[in-house]
Amino acid sequence: MRIGIDVGGTNTDAVLMDGRRVVAWAKRPTTRPVEDGIIAAMTAVIGDSSVATSAIQAVMIGTTHFTNAFVEGRGLLKVGVIRLASPSGEALPPMIGWPKALRQAVEGQTFMLPGGYEFDGRTIAEFDEDQVRQSARKIHRAGLEAVAITSVFAPINAAMEERAAAIVREECPGAKITLSSSIGRIGLLERENAAIMNASLAAMAGEVVQSFRDALREMRIRAPFYVSQNDGTLMSAKYAEVLPILTFGSGPTNSLRGAAFLTGCRDAIVIDVGGTTSDVGVLINGFPRESTASVDIGGVRTNFRMPDVLAIGLGGGTRVHLDPSLYSADVLSDDDFSIGPDSMGYRLLSDSYLFGGGTLTMSDVAVAAGLATFGDPSRVPALSDAVKAAVMGRARRMIEDGIDRMKTAAGDVPVVVVGGGGFLLHEKPRGASELSQPEHASVANAIGAAIGQVSGELDRVISYAGGVRERALNDIRALVMELAVAAGASPATVEVIDVEEVALNYLPGQSVRVRARAVGDLKFS
Amino acid sequence: MQENHGYRAEAEAVRYLTLEDVRDMALGTAFLGSGGGGAPVSALLQLEAALASGRQIKLIDLAAVPDDALIAPCGWMGAPTVSEEKLPNGREAIRGLEKLEEIKGQRVFAVFPVEIGGSNGLSPLLIAAERGIPVVDCDGMGRAFPESQMVVFNVYGCSANPVIVTDEKGNVIVLEAVTNAEEERITRVLSIAMGGSCHVIDYSGSGYQMKQHAVRGTISLAIAVGRAVRLARSAGRDPFAALISCLRSSSYYSHGGVLFDGKIVDLDRNTEGGFAVGRAVLEGFGSTERMVVEFQNENLVARRNGTTVATVPDILTFFDRETAEPITTERLRYGQRLKLVGLSVPPLLRTAQALAVFGPQAFGIAEQYQPIEEINGWL
Repeated sequence: MRIGIDVGGTNTDAVLMDGRRVVAWAKRPTTRPVEDGIIAAMTAVIGDSSVATSAIQAVMIGTTHFTNAFVEGRGLLKVGVIRLASPSGEALPPMIGWPKALRQAVEGQTFMLPGGYEFDGRTIAEFDEDQVRQSARKIHRAGLEAVAITSVFAPINAAMEERAAAIVREECPGAKITLSSSIGRIGLLERENAAIMNASLAAMAGEVVQSFRDALREMRIRAPFYVSQNDGTLMSAKYAEVLPILTFGSGPTNSLRGAAFLTGCRDAIVIDVGGTTSDVGVLINGFPRESTASVDIGGVRTNFRMPDVLAIGLGGGTRVHLDPSLYSADVLSDDDFSIGPDSMGYRLLSDSYLFGGGTLTMSDVAVAAGLATFGDPSRVPALSDAVKAAVMGRARRMIEDGIDRMKTAAGDVPVVVVGGGGFLLHEKPRGASELSQPEHASVANAIGAAIGQVSGELDRVISYAGGVRERALNDIRALVMELAVAAGASPATVEVIDVEEVALNYLPGQSVRVRARAVGDLKFS
Repeated sequence: MQENHGYRAEAEAVRYLTLEDVRDMALGTAFLGSGGGGAPVSALLQLEAALASGRQIKLIDLAAVPDDALIAPCGWMGAPTVSEEKLPNGREAIRGLEKLEEIKGQRVFAVFPVEIGGSNGLSPLLIAAERGIPVVDCDGMGRAFPESQMVVFNVYGCSANPVIVTDEKGNVIVLEAVTNAEEERITRVLSIAMGGSCHVIDYSGSGYQMKQHAVRGTISLAIAVGRAVRLARSAGRDPFAALISCLRSSSYYSHGGVLFDGKIVDLDRNTEGGFAVGRAVLEGFGSTERMVVEFQNENLVARRNGTTVATVPDILTFFDRETAEPITTERLRYGQRLKLVGLSVPPLLRTAQALAVFGPQAFGIAEQYQPIEEINGWL
């Protein structure tokens, strides 16, 4: 059996799963530190099911903690930044374009040193051991505990970053070092930004992962635990401690994957209806479709693997702007009212009519229309059928528009609704071949965490010159499968789920950038 | 000799560009790139930093350039994807200019983009800010093209020499090519040897020569286009309508329109001779209409249900249909929902001489060139 946990900003959800069956689930408030909330939610699911803790084989935790901390600039370390690229790149020093406040919170010392590789593997400039050592000493003297190291084309050859790291380790004992090659893709500034962001989270990652560990220890659970990554796959706790940045975006991913699991859909549109927004995502082959544009996090450009999610300003707490004199109107025209984009958020529980307030929200209208039952319906002013129909119709059209924007094929597609505000979508929207709102939809995130797989990923520039495309791609496939196994996948279950080729324009020699990804089920020892 | 037809002179001959202008221009240059030219992210970041440090970007009208002044068209050659990873040193263009001055024995009075389309449209602004010299409101291609001889100066008989190729390491190569086609072939090889990107100064010449041949007003046009789209977006108006109406008021690029609105249902691409060659097939929403666009780095030809609606050198650019963000050929993806916008190019890019250099036949397309506004009845 396994336990999936989702530590969100408001709630901590837990599910206990036996194979594909949800044995128990619970929702508890998130606490700070997160430990107590996790313990409360786990205690509830274990207590409900009276399962022995020794029967639990693994615990999977998804969290938005690190994303939120970074965006809010909370608890970040100052970072020593070493870039091995000179003479290239000097026109764009590290952290160029960062928002001032975040830069102030994170920038320690910056060094642009000789190094890096060309696209074909040649060296741009020789590695200069002395300069790296001197820089490391300065970082140490400045008392910086975190260091980010980046070199040109490190995703293809990480040797220089590793050499620099060895020197930094000697000169700055105990420093948390992030190598850009451990994070990702081609695109130097974005990858360097990610490495710096990751380094700034190093201390917090240690604390949070320790707090997960403590919670499990207190529960006497000895099973290994894993943390969800942004692509819906899992990493070991040890890995999460070192690369907390890979959790960014795992929230929407887990809800998408949870929806896939609960419905059995491999390809579908998933709408997570919350209090403030409805997030529309797309499942392809059981995995979230990733965004191709670069992703801004707190105003910092990155090139993460992130789910391509469209947020629509429509949720349970979204305000309905309608003059009270029109509440009982027989006819309502399109100009008479608007929906959102402002939301009551948590104040839904005090300021909406349903909870004794005086603000009309989507929840008020939905309850009045008999689509949901909560709060005190008698407090909602009388709304005419025309008003109810017009508001719910508009909400449906907003969602239909979102579906339409995210769809990738002309035909109708299955639509799955998860999240607490699912009642807003009560009938099959246009563009949907079917509409499902599965059982346990409100804890889809925790379920998504519980069913995470492990993956391997590769991003390389290779040459197809001489007609070797097939052989080159086969090598890439084999390599990416090995990476998935190294990450903990059971070899028999590993499959390559994505190979993408982008020709490098304007270069002869048929240079192509290939990205590949393989996933497999977690191997239980 | 080709004349520049009645470009409306700017009210002011000198203009200092703001950060907002530069950001607007980035959208405009992406549009004029016809799907090519690469993303201007790193140039934008550098310009932002240059403006923040108090440097100025002085844009002057071509008419304000003295006839005997030395003017240098500038641009980068190489793979946009490589430039995302190996970033510039910042001295490449300056070293090239210094070498040019040494050869010519004359100071460079001003620079301009050899190619307005894509990131090359913006990079000369940096040189101008860095060196404290003006950037001239014109360019050499009027759009983006994949090869360096596809430039109006070559069309109308100017020599590329002396060609100055520089890289981030400090290598400076001066090339005297026997023909402009040879210049392309040799600099292309140099760009590989230099690690996939290099800076090139070619077709430098006198102010008089530039006035004869350069495509005028393309920087201010790019700014105006970006501004129109930005203002429309922020006011909740249709950015495409704003774009088209902005173009209509320009005297050069006046015939523009949305050629198709649909979704990519097939995307086929491969590399041939160092170029990304392929085609995108779009299908209309709820209709059986099909648009097929063939590209070689840039979009070259568009056919609706088998009938040609536009060919190179007229401009064909995909936009995200929601955000009106131009999408380069490298970023095309299956399933994207796009609008295809077509645009007429200035007359000097449509003469028989010009079409021989960068018309449909130069890209192996069989049909004869026909102006986009004639095919689509936009007159």
